Amino acid sequence: MPKKGTKSKKAVDDVPDQQENKLPDYLELQRTRVVCNADAPIHTQGFQYSGAFAAMGVDNSVSVEKFCKNFKIDIKRLTEDDMEFDMIGVDASIANAFRRILIAEVPTMAIEKIFMADNTSVIADEVLSHRLGLIPLDADPRLFDYISENDVPNERNTIVFKLHVSCEKGSQRITVKSGELEWLPEGSQLSMASPAQSGDKQKTFTSFSQSQKEILEKPLGVKFKDITIARLGPGQAIELEAHAVKGVGKVHAKWSPVATAWYRMLPEVVILEQIEGEEAEELVKKCPVNVFDIEDLGNGGKRAVVAKPRACTLCRECVMGPCGEKIQLRRVRDHFIYTIESTGALPPEVLFTEAVKILEEKCERVISELS
Amino acid sequence: MTVPPADDAAKKELPPPSYRSLAAPVATPVDKFALLPAFLKVRGLVKEHIDSFNYFTTRGIRNIVEANNRIEARNDPSIYLRYTNVYVGTPSVQVDYKIENITPHFCRLTDRTYSAPIRVDIEYTVGKQHEPQHKKNVLIGYLPIMLRSYACVLHGRDEAELARQGECPLDPGGYFIVKGTEKVILIQEQLSKNRIIIDTDSKGRVIASVTSSTHEIKSKTVITMDKEKIYLQLNQFTKPIPIIVVMKAMGMESDQEVVQMVGRDPRYGDLLFPSIQECASERIYTQQQALQYMDEKVTYPGAGNQKEGRSKSILRDVFIAHVPVKNGNFRQKCIYTGVMLRRMMDAILNADTFDDKDYVGNKRLELSGQLISLLFEDLFKTMNSQAVELMNKNSDKTRSSPSDFSQLIKHEAITSGLERAISTGNWDIKRFRMHRKGVSQVLSRLSYMASLGYMTRITPQFEKTRKTSGPRALQPSQWGMLCPCDTPEGEACGLTKNLALLTHVTTDQEEGPLMNLCKSLGVEDLTLLSGEEIHAPGSFLVMFNGLILGKHRQPQTFANAMRELRRSGKIGEFVSIFVNEKQHCIHIASDGGRVCRPLIIADKGISRVKECHMKELRDGIRSFDDFLRDGLIEYLDVNEENNALIALYEHVDQDDVERSSITHIEIEPLSILGVVSGLIPYPHHNQSPRNTYQCAMGKQAMGNIAYNQLFRADSLLYLLVYAQRPLLTTKTIELVGYDKLGAGQNATVAVMGYSGYDIEDAIVMNKSSLDRGFGRCIAMKKYTVMKENYGDGVSDRIAKPQRDKDGVLLRQNMRALDEDGIAAPGQIIRNHDVYVNKQSPKIVDRRGAGALLKDMDYKDSLAIYKGVDGETTVVDRVMLCSDTNEKLSIKCIIRHTRRPEVGDKFSSRHGQKGVCGTIVQQEDFPFSERGICPDLIMNPHGFPSRMTIGKMIELIGGKAGLSCGRFHYGSAFGEPSGNADKVEDISNTLIKHGFSYNGKDFLYSGILGHPLEAYIFMGPIYYQKLKHMVLDKMHARASGPRVLLTRQPTEGRSRDGGLRLGEMERDCLIAYGASMLIFERLLLSSDPYQVQVCRKCGLLGYYNYKLKTSYCSMCKNGENMAKMRLPYACKLLFQELQAMNVVPRLKLTEG
Repeated sequence: MPKKGTKSKKAVDDVPDQQENKLPDYLELQRTRVVCNADAPIHTQGFQYSGAFAAMGVDNSVSVEKFCKNFKIDIKRLTEDDMEFDMIGVDASIANAFRRILIAEVPTMAIEKIFMADNTSVIADEVLSHRLGLIPLDADPRLFDYISENDVPNERNTIVFKLHVSCEKGSQRITVKSGELEWLPEGSQLSMASPAQSGDKQKTFTSFSQSQKEILEKPLGVKFKDITIARLGPGQAIELEAHAVKGVGKVHAKWSPVATAWYRMLPEVVILEQIEGEEAEELVKKCPVNVFDIEDLGNGGKRAVVAKPRACTLCRECVMGPCGEKIQLRRVRDHFIYTIESTGALPPEVLFTEAVKILEEKCERVISELS
Repeated sequence: MTVPPADDAAKKELPPPSYRSLAAPVATPVDKFALLPAFLKVRGLVKEHIDSFNYFTTRGIRNIVEANNRIEARNDPSIYLRYTNVYVGTPSVQVDYKIENITPHFCRLTDRTYSAPIRVDIEYTVGKQHEPQHKKNVLIGYLPIMLRSYACVLHGRDEAELARQGECPLDPGGYFIVKGTEKVILIQEQLSKNRIIIDTDSKGRVIASVTSSTHEIKSKTVITMDKEKIYLQLNQFTKPIPIIVVMKAMGMESDQEVVQMVGRDPRYGDLLFPSIQECASERIYTQQQALQYMDEKVTYPGAGNQKEGRSKSILRDVFIAHVPVKNGNFRQKCIYTGVMLRRMMDAILNADTFDDKDYVGNKRLELSGQLISLLFEDLFKTMNSQAVELMNKNSDKTRSSPSDFSQLIKHEAITSGLERAISTGNWDIKRFRMHRKGVSQVLSRLSYMASLGYMTRITPQFEKTRKTSGPRALQPSQWGMLCPCDTPEGEACGLTKNLALLTHVTTDQEEGPLMNLCKSLGVEDLTLLSGEEIHAPGSFLVMFNGLILGKHRQPQTFANAMRELRRSGKIGEFVSIFVNEKQHCIHIASDGGRVCRPLIIADKGISRVKECHMKELRDGIRSFDDFLRDGLIEYLDVNEENNALIALYEHVDQDDVERSSITHIEIEPLSILGVVSGLIPYPHHNQSPRNTYQCAMGKQAMGNIAYNQLFRADSLLYLLVYAQRPLLTTKTIELVGYDKLGAGQNATVAVMGYSGYDIEDAIVMNKSSLDRGFGRCIAMKKYTVMKENYGDGVSDRIAKPQRDKDGVLLRQNMRALDEDGIAAPGQIIRNHDVYVNKQSPKIVDRRGAGALLKDMDYKDSLAIYKGVDGETTVVDRVMLCSDTNEKLSIKCIIRHTRRPEVGDKFSSRHGQKGVCGTIVQQEDFPFSERGICPDLIMNPHGFPSRMTIGKMIELIGGKAGLSCGRFHYGSAFGEPSGNADKVEDISNTLIKHGFSYNGKDFLYSGILGHPLEAYIFMGPIYYQKLKHMVLDKMHARASGPRVLLTRQPTEGRSRDGGLRLGEMERDCLIAYGASMLIFERLLLSSDPYQVQVCRKCGLLGYYNYKLKTSYCSMCKNGENMAKMRLPYACKLLFQELQAMNVVPRLKLTEG
């Protein structure tokens, strides 16, 4: 995909309106690459303005056709929890928008309210609650509604978990793991304070009209069952009810669906001048991630070649040595190696499509606001 | 990267196979490090305190009681009491005639004093019977016990036993618990006693001074040289006495003998001549004449022994009091004076021989044991004299039946005296006219480091206001003894010091055997020698604890012999032998309070500690004491260090030093720093003041305080929720246990500018990091409510919260209460909520009505919680206990969990503090190619002027540590010995893991998505959250409370005070011309007051509300009254002036 700089074809009689004009090499480099010099990267910003090269007859505008032609997604790795894919042919701002949405705006379910019935452990109630909040839940947020302040918790907006563990007196210390959170599909079991009128159905903290089991296809739970919540010594106990609601990462990081999501620009390593012999071997040895390799020249000579540019982590060892001038490290400006690490509520590929939907929604909102 | 860095250094150093490699000294100093933990294992961190106290409880107290063991009635000496034995029991309290053992933690929680009974065995007479009676285990008082001392129940306990007692195993002990608060008796620094100090006074005169201290008296003797003549200055004489007169008065009548005593060198004679001449001109030739002359100059001639002459008794008892006079023989004092004169003249002839008061060798540290022993001696004597007094009174009154002494000994005096002194810190000892304040201080439990820091702190004796820089400056002699970094800023800078890691402070050692030993090693007795012989060339005077013992002809041989004895354990390990070539003296010291430290002995530059010894140490066969006993290691004090040549490393060549002249080798260079500065990584790369700042800040950092922190009842406790161990540690950190009780978190820091909210050291924080628990802390505050007893069964009561018939609370602010009327643990408590529903009887002094009080006889005296509105705080614990007066005290501990907010203070370990400037969403934060997003962003401007290179190395070291999975070290001066990782190795590790060698990463902007235009220095740095939080400080008010007297708004946050528009602010407004604003701020918003002024007399009148007229009480009419507005303070001033007979009059013009 990366474009090679075109052979410079100086023409004095270039006509400005000629669309197919090519930029000179150095400008084309500036436009499409970030050059990572030993001291600092240059041309990081790129050219945003559509008419930046108008004087040379080159159109720098973004057009849908161009986008459709060039845009490509290439999935490199996809597992249950994370994925890596290449996103080619977009501007950094678009790639970044997806990253930002993934971190902050794709909703998930997370524990928000704790009803502490008993906690005699050494861990303070608030800290315990905070820890519970950060546990990733295995619940598809798309099946739930947001709950607002005045809403009554119901089966559509709240998931209820129960945690009741105690450590027998005289036994060993125990560790409470997230797996011990028990899903209550029928809603809260704790009754509200005043038990004044007997006979009435106990009023609880939720009002479920039906069991969540009936709505959902698969039972809810926590994604990882081995997260330590607390440790209990002999005679200590924890009894609580946790209510999870839908939210976004902007509000609190516990609702962020990703551990992190980020991209890096595709590395491009260019050997500007032939590096041969011992120098080449040194270069190969120098790179900790083995970007370079040796190519045997027929006559027993050796030449350094770039073998795995993608592996470059930009330690800049190669450009700092004696043969530093002969190598240039670059990043391709419109090629993003994107990684999404899901916390588990949704698979990473779904997360990305969700992010796209959210961006779409936003765009629509802008359009409708403007029109 | 785990290249053992010391290896190649050793290889370079080791010469080709030679005799030396056969002798195989410790190959590299890395091995020698094991001595440090071994040392601290046997010693603990505060051994000096505990040793000192142990000395008191085992020996000191015995000596005191023995010295005053007999008291007898004045009228009849056959009625007596004799103490035959004294011992300190186990800590206990007496409850209703039952003795209960107590533990320190119990005392902390119940506000008791952790003290043990002092018991004596006595022999006494009853009545006229002369058959002595015996009694054992008589209580004479309770002694507060130092934790972890011999008398403490925690002594020698292992971790599990300590845990059972509710004690933290990492707590060093060394403090007292008095009335529930932990008190440290700080180490007091003093000029050494009984030593000659040659100095100049404020007028530039040469003086020789000795502060003598014996059990009976403390005195200061000064010999000055004024106008070429030499005088003695003593408080007991009104005028300086010519020194020759003094000599004559002591029986040295011949001038020749005096000159001989000083030395035969003609230069001494020349200097002495004017003094001799002066004496002759006064016509004083005999002892009798001299004494007569002196008698006239005595300050209080009336007092004293008339028979003998006042001045003779002064000469005997006060003048250089520590030199004994046996059977009226003043010869020893004469010789001592001669030596003083000689030293003075040496100083005049050669300015080098002046003594330096700031020299650490001339200092003594007074520890808790010594201070308590002073106090105890005083109290014990008082108790005895009170008993004698009582006895005398009794026998005067009823001549018939004299009682026995055992009934008259009251133990309350000693108990309360000791308790009061330690709890207030006021040491008042009448005998020595000693009045010291602030001797003991509350042990700060803000952080583990703060409490450790308290234990090593040394406070100066002199006043802090002195501007002189001398005592504040870093002294070369404090190397290895006192920490060069750890000192406060400001007033006490350089005066308050801290002990270094390996320093030990000596306790007294018995003098008798040592003196005998010296004599048998060839010290010639002083009394047998003439002045001529004493100063014979080549022979050295032997000074023992400031006394002249005699002389020795072969000083070096003698010193070597003594040292050999010490190394073989025949004499105490802390005895110091110091050959002073300049003064031709050998100083032997066994007194307490000297600072010393262990060093490895080297024979001709080759360490005695060999690899085999270290192996034995590692295998646990050998302990640190074995090293001492086998003469491999010895303690040197500051003076003896001057006779030693100490190499830093054995294997490193010192270019300018002959190897064979090296006598000792340092154990570890990092031990020159103290405990608190030991937690700074790479301190030797930092600008020095930064380390000092960190020493102050490390004590404010929140973290874990002790293993028992959640079971303690501190009045204020700050805890970090997720405290971590630093990624870049030092050896000191591991030694003191900071890795187990950390006070900070490893934050990923990016050094870059961001958002503009990071100027002036502010830091930008990542909101997601905060969400996930970074910097989260718990503040716990104790609120105590006393259930007061008024006698007669009348007392406060705790009522259950009132409810209506449906069980709904009558008052909403009682929602946190349990049914017993006290807040329930776990309840959320908000501002203005009640935590103890206490009610007091309306009438207190009604007799005998206790049981009959009805509900209506009580009024509410609720304990209301004052918190911050909108914050949820929780009742953590409620503790009920009865105090020593059988009153119920209710302690509610209220907990508040806080997440960092803008304005909270953070700091790295390099004196770089900063507040949180803004909190930014994670998606806006820059991220690296590996997806790493920093936790906080620091502005690079923090570096150039601060020059904290150590912080940069910490960053890359931490980053390397993360990538290779090994904690990296940054101990002080540790690179050559492998206790600190070298930057080169760290860089190699970074490269190996694909980072740039310099720690700079390629980052993308989180806002725009494009790469940043520079590589960003990013990695983990250990950050501390400091106790200063906005929540505790923020304050604003509109109108509010006013001071009663001036009617101006109150001051200070705690009183909801106003914000002051100060003088400078006022100046600004004046300059700007905003007169109405000044008027509004200074009058309307402050204390406006309407007054009636009489236009005629100019005085203030009043307004008669009944007649609705104003009236001038001076003119007796209301005709010329005018109304005006004044600040109330102004009106107050007028009236106060009038009260002083000053008439302020107001002259009014029409406006």
